[in-house]
Amino acid sequence: MHNKTIAELAQALRAGDFSSEELTRAYLDRIKKYDGQLNSYITVTEEQAMAAARNADQKLKNGDASVLTGIPIAQKDIFCTKGVKTSCGSKMLDNFISPYDATTVQKINDAGAVMLGKTNMDEFAMGSSNETSYYGAVKNPWNTDKVPGGSSGGAAAAVAARLAPMATGTDTGGSIRQPAALCGLTGMKPTYGRVSRYGMIAFASSLDQGGPITRSAEDAAMLLAVMAGFDERDSTSIDKPVPDYSASLNESIDGLKVGLPKEFFGEGLDDGVARAVDAAIEEYRKLGADFKEISLPNSHLSVPTYYVVAPAECSTNLSRFDGVRFGHRCDDPKDLMDLYKRSRGEGFGEEVKRRIMVGTYVLSAGYYDAYYLQAQKTRHLISDDFRQAFADVDVIMGPTTPEVAFGLNDKKDDPLAMYLSDIYTIAVNLAGLPAVSIPAGFVNDMPVGLQIIGDYFSEARLLNVAHRFQQVSDWHQRTPAAFE
Amino acid sequence: MQWETVIGLEIHAQLATKSKIFSAASTAYGAQPNTQACAVDLGLPGVLPVLNAEAVRMAAKFGLAVGANVALRSVFARKNYFYPDLPKGYQISQFELPIVETGMLDIQLDEDTVKRVGITRAHLEEDAGKSLHEDFHGSTGVDLNRAGTPLLEIVSEPDIRSAVEAVAYMKKIHSLVRYLEICDGNMQEGSFRCDANVSVRPMGQSELGTRTEIKNLNSFRFVEKAINFEVERQIEVIENGGKITQETRLYDSNKNETRPMRSKEEAFDYRYFPDPDLLPVEIDEAFLVELKKTLPELPDEKKARFVSEHGLLPYDAGILTSSRELANYFEEAVGHANGDAKQVANWIKGDLLAALNKDNLDIIDSPVSALMLAGMIARISDNTISGKIAKQVFEAMWGGEGDADAVIESQGLKQITDTGAIEKIVDEIIANNPGQVEQYRGGKDKLFGFFVGQVMKETKGKASPAQVNELLKKKL
Repeated sequence: MHNKTIAELAQALRAGDFSSEELTRAYLDRIKKYDGQLNSYITVTEEQAMAAARNADQKLKNGDASVLTGIPIAQKDIFCTKGVKTSCGSKMLDNFISPYDATTVQKINDAGAVMLGKTNMDEFAMGSSNETSYYGAVKNPWNTDKVPGGSSGGAAAAVAARLAPMATGTDTGGSIRQPAALCGLTGMKPTYGRVSRYGMIAFASSLDQGGPITRSAEDAAMLLAVMAGFDERDSTSIDKPVPDYSASLNESIDGLKVGLPKEFFGEGLDDGVARAVDAAIEEYRKLGADFKEISLPNSHLSVPTYYVVAPAECSTNLSRFDGVRFGHRCDDPKDLMDLYKRSRGEGFGEEVKRRIMVGTYVLSAGYYDAYYLQAQKTRHLISDDFRQAFADVDVIMGPTTPEVAFGLNDKKDDPLAMYLSDIYTIAVNLAGLPAVSIPAGFVNDMPVGLQIIGDYFSEARLLNVAHRFQQVSDWHQRTPAAFE
Repeated sequence: MQWETVIGLEIHAQLATKSKIFSAASTAYGAQPNTQACAVDLGLPGVLPVLNAEAVRMAAKFGLAVGANVALRSVFARKNYFYPDLPKGYQISQFELPIVETGMLDIQLDEDTVKRVGITRAHLEEDAGKSLHEDFHGSTGVDLNRAGTPLLEIVSEPDIRSAVEAVAYMKKIHSLVRYLEICDGNMQEGSFRCDANVSVRPMGQSELGTRTEIKNLNSFRFVEKAINFEVERQIEVIENGGKITQETRLYDSNKNETRPMRSKEEAFDYRYFPDPDLLPVEIDEAFLVELKKTLPELPDEKKARFVSEHGLLPYDAGILTSSRELANYFEEAVGHANGDAKQVANWIKGDLLAALNKDNLDIIDSPVSALMLAGMIARISDNTISGKIAKQVFEAMWGGEGDADAVIESQGLKQITDTGAIEKIVDEIIANNPGQVEQYRGGKDKLFGFFVGQVMKETKGKASPAQVNELLKKKL
């Protein structure tokens, strides 16, 4: 059961091979059996899941089911879920039971999917290894001494270990694509504005975007179709019809013009990863794609730009966690200042504090122009690079990450080394573009991700390009041995 | 030394939208604490603001009314600071690109002086909640009903030179926002309040002195008193060799003094930056053209019309157009009083406003309606009563004794126009006061008033003054 794709599960549920209740129970049993090794879930919502499964079975019986009806899903703990703890991986929200559902959660629930629980993540989505979580590190199912990537590390580990057939993630600088790459999965960051941010706890508002983490592009198409769409409660969401992503999966990619940015294949790229990506490119050539080298000359500005913009926005987004209305409050505050200082000092972890301080600094009087304004300018340059590139090519390909999953604790105390894990993914967020990471081989038994970047609202095309590769490769079908 | 006062006002007008500026919660005043604060107002994790288009319309209307530039593109920014009644830890406001820039307003200071005050800008922002320091046994209660209420902050140029001018300016803005129906102007409920930036400098010096900001003045009287106190204080400090500290001060109306709230050292760095949750506000020329058509006749236009159409003095017209309701009252009364506009204006300016003021009533709550006032004026015009008796009638009407005709009837105030009756009384007065008659006839003209008074006294003021004069002259 747990090795079936979403399309297969949907068919089996309709054929009556098993019920959603049986399917859900099977996943809950696997979580019980295996998650002790991985720590991919913060909260398992067994009771609600079984109730939702029974409800789904009724819908299936009545014939008013949609594609996702009865299929289990894991929600990243950054999405507000009504009546369920929504911690965002932080002690600050360890006691926070959301009184409302995020729009995305609402849509997925309405589609009849069955939430298994909330997945572990870097605290407030700030991290690339899932080691900053208040709930402890998540382990990579391919090798539990390695990190799963982050910040959607729990989501990726859960799907890779078959503890959920699909999961939601969020991506601010690579937080869907990087863990998908490190765990051998398909992860898509949609165009900024494609998926509602309402109820998704904000890290960096101008960069955050929710998206699917699944085993295949075909599965991603089905989940994205439900997540995407205009939301009047999110002013940055874009009112544009959602195409049928599944319908175009099999379109030919003969003559597809692919750009290979030379900046993504230079220094810092692991040889093994480079070879795997080259091999994937060869496969694409066989499928009729034409490649040309391109340049994104401002790529080197991505990481510095990001580490001004993202902390600036997060420093004020996180001001609401003040111990006054919800979340962690220190014991016996002496006065208001004491309440603020201790509640925030105790509630936030190191990485979050680091970014709040950086963000506060770059927005301060006297530094604003030199940092925040300058970063806005370089952000434009980075977007312009892509605009020019897409005048010539349909998609851009390259490695998702410079190396495969690294060891737990390897970079934990070296923030700069950690920040470089996202060197190929960050520019995409700064430009607001869609991109997908798909499995493209292994190095030392650890998965390699191929990143495909498209122009605005080209999700259907990206999933099509990803799917065609997955029809001639089986990297995405491999399962970590310990979790078969 | 001669000192010059320099004042700039920041007026906060609460916009009269039904729902809040970034959420669908109601803005109605006076609900139980925290019952009108939704997830967005509470700043729950994950919530996002959505701009209320009506607030933009209202701000643009104001901009058009003060001849300002209404920006086709304005931007919301976050103003960051921590306070328990500020749920998100930042206030959404406008900073670099406000919706309204560079307007002006003319204020009439006395019968001959009109002054132009520049309006630097007006921007949209959300209000904070309320911190309640009483009733919580040493703790502070927070009520977030007001959080997210739309405000228009109207910033004047430092063109104002006295407390009296400041009040005149504030009253004019108050009148304007009510004409435009964008603010209810209720100062008790805090819908209209202001901060005053005050400094002094030696007369003739062009450089500005160091200013202080007096926060949260919520009545015209407090504005005047607070500024006067502050000006005196600053002059005293400087004349005693001291320096003014740039600081925020609070006005204590009980003690009639201003006190420092926080000094420059504690001044906040608000770390303004564009709010990434909101798109720039973009409006087009067509929108402004359409909006302009919906503007009512504005105070200055109305004033000009009252002068040309009703022949009023500009100063009087200014008073009558100080509120839309008062102007409406005037025009209604003129309509009923067969166009005797001057007489109507005098009655409104005089007895009516005095009575309203005395009983602390708004014109819309006046016990004497425009129709009643016009009815009374008609009785003066047709000589049923004299102007003097009319005052008595007005008072009776104010006291709820019915309209003018009813009062005249029940109190027997009808003017005596029967010449025979008046002549009889005149004869009696002359007969009873031979001494005065002697003196008058001897050239003491001033005594004529004495005889008029006696006759009026005898007739309880009901005799027609014109007839009395005529008869007395003849008989004396």
